[in-house]
Amino acid sequence: MSPASIDEVERLLAAGGYVAGRRLATAVFLALRLGRPLFLEGEAGVGKTELAKVLATTLGRPLVRLQCYEGLDVASAVYEWNVPRQMLAIRVAEASGTAAGGTLAKDLFSREFLVERPILKALEAGRDGAPAVLLVDELDRTDEPFEAYLLEVLSDFQVTIPELGAITSPAPPLVVLTSNRTREVHDAIKRRCLYHWVDYPSAERELEILARKAPEAAEALSREVVAFVQRLRGLDLFKAPGVAETIDWTRALMALDAVALDPDTVDDTLGVLLKYQDDIARLQGTEAAALVREIRARVGA
Amino acid sequence: MAGRLAENVLHFARILRAAGIPIGTDKVIEASRALALAGVERRADWHATLAALFLTRHEQQAAFDQAFDVFWRDPALEEKMMGLLLPKARGRTPAPEADVSTRVAQALLPARARPPREDAPDEVTIDATLTFSPGERLRRLDFEQMTAAEWNEARAFIRRLELPVPRIATRRYEPSPAGGTPDLRAALRRLARDGGELVRLPRRRRREAAPPLVVLCDISGSMHRYTRMFLHFLHALVRDRSRVHAFLFGTRLTHVTRPLRGRDVDQAVKRVCDAVPDWAGGTRIGACLREFNWRWSRRVLGQNACVILLTDGLERDDTDGLGEETARLARACHRLVWLNPLLRFDGFEPTASGIRAMRPHVDAFRPMHNIHTLTDFARALSHPESSRRAA
Repeated sequence: MSPASIDEVERLLAAGGYVAGRRLATAVFLALRLGRPLFLEGEAGVGKTELAKVLATTLGRPLVRLQCYEGLDVASAVYEWNVPRQMLAIRVAEASGTAAGGTLAKDLFSREFLVERPILKALEAGRDGAPAVLLVDELDRTDEPFEAYLLEVLSDFQVTIPELGAITSPAPPLVVLTSNRTREVHDAIKRRCLYHWVDYPSAERELEILARKAPEAAEALSREVVAFVQRLRGLDLFKAPGVAETIDWTRALMALDAVALDPDTVDDTLGVLLKYQDDIARLQGTEAAALVREIRARVGA
Repeated sequence: MAGRLAENVLHFARILRAAGIPIGTDKVIEASRALALAGVERRADWHATLAALFLTRHEQQAAFDQAFDVFWRDPALEEKMMGLLLPKARGRTPAPEADVSTRVAQALLPARARPPREDAPDEVTIDATLTFSPGERLRRLDFEQMTAAEWNEARAFIRRLELPVPRIATRRYEPSPAGGTPDLRAALRRLARDGGELVRLPRRRRREAAPPLVVLCDISGSMHRYTRMFLHFLHALVRDRSRVHAFLFGTRLTHVTRPLRGRDVDQAVKRVCDAVPDWAGGTRIGACLREFNWRWSRRVLGQNACVILLTDGLERDDTDGLGEETARLARACHRLVWLNPLLRFDGFEPTASGIRAMRPHVDAFRPMHNIHTLTDFARALSHPESSRRAA
């Protein structure tokens, strides 16, 4: 059962604690209705992976996650033969004298000896139960050969195993691909997907996110945190903080019992927000203090 | 109504295509279906639906938004379409707003809005050979074309070229009869095929691959005599290898991989010439490296990429920050190789301050003597001994 309207998708995501804009909700709705994969691109920490997790929970579907890395191969992404068990089966057959005839070779390459890896697991999930949500995380980390392999999976939702033939999914999973854009993913992949660029949220939406993710934080503190982070994103930093960092920082500040931003605490906790030494060195001290003053004046006013 | 909707979507797609966003027919058909599903009551949903289907890159968003605003604004769509189809009927179509980019405007109103071609920027006539002019010296280059024989010889060299970049072991395997770890899966397959007889255990080893390459090539005045050759070199690299990104820099950084793609070397070089605004001007290595680090490094330096820096290291700006930017670049890539063709005379010593600032951070420094042709260059790269004497 998939949502009947964009509004319903919005409500669904909100119920899962995910504050989505109308555009993202539309993309999710279409992905569900058209059966197309959803390609999410954006800076690190803007909630791309989280969306897949929330979708799986709220739709009541199993989440199958494939973390990509350079050199990811079919054996760890799709399937593998359980060779030790196959060897064992040969020994058993030999010992019991049933090794003769052509059946052993056939039996050796049956489902029994197949180890399912994420992609195959996601395709098979629909066979008995709800179709899965397949999260192909950080696709930009793999190399082109794997991307090319994904094409078959994404367009036909099928996997070809030489010894068994093509395995087709009875109920295709909802595929969510994410990319941090450390390189451009090939257009052939993107063409098969619905594309959505996940941007940093507006101040208003970020406040809403904080209210859900760090509900214990005082509203005044949340306001200052959001204003500070939004201001940071406007600076020419090597890596601007994402929403994940905003949430972490708020929690860090609460752990330190801070009720409002002050230059010293900001200095001490800058490492939660910024992850490059160049950026930290630049902000620490006077610039951070000036920002805090500016924000306190603005938010307090 | 459905027919009209499909027609409008089709027309909108055609406009986007003309504005440089590639959209396949499958997407157009899908869009009509999607719009019916998403509902057409809310303009924002309409916008989001078409964006999700038609876009494949973040950069396309701006052009898309502009085209969307102009195209779907007027309720009298039919009238607008007529206006588009009959460009003579001036005044009936609303002129695009001033902030609509020329590209979109041209796509929307192909016959009308064709602004006079921008002339090439005036050449600044200050003598910039000795001083770096802050106003930049923008000029266009015309390269003499390469003869076929010259080109074929150079191509042959480049194909065999061993760059000073080691190959990297990947996480994938290849069969290796000579040695390596046993390949159990292949062994079992062979067993099953040959009926339980295994004459020889199949083995496999990690496959080695050339890492992605990023070439940063200096095209400033002091490198002028090499520029043509380097462009040909870059073209050959981009053509013959996968995963190569090429950048040119003088006073600013230009990504030229796309213009370099293309079969014909002269056409490719001409496209590059049109794309680059700062031929043979000053050098701001520090600023350009910074721009690369900030804007590009995370997009092109994944997967153990190696960087080849082609520059003489003569910095016209002061060298503050040059060392840091080089260090940052070296940290971000797998290996940083500096090819320095400055050797106009034997016995060159790296005394220029730019060179001293950059030198400590590079993994390999490869000076090159008396390079006149691409073949010389390829030979110098392949045989480091012959050119390392003076370093």
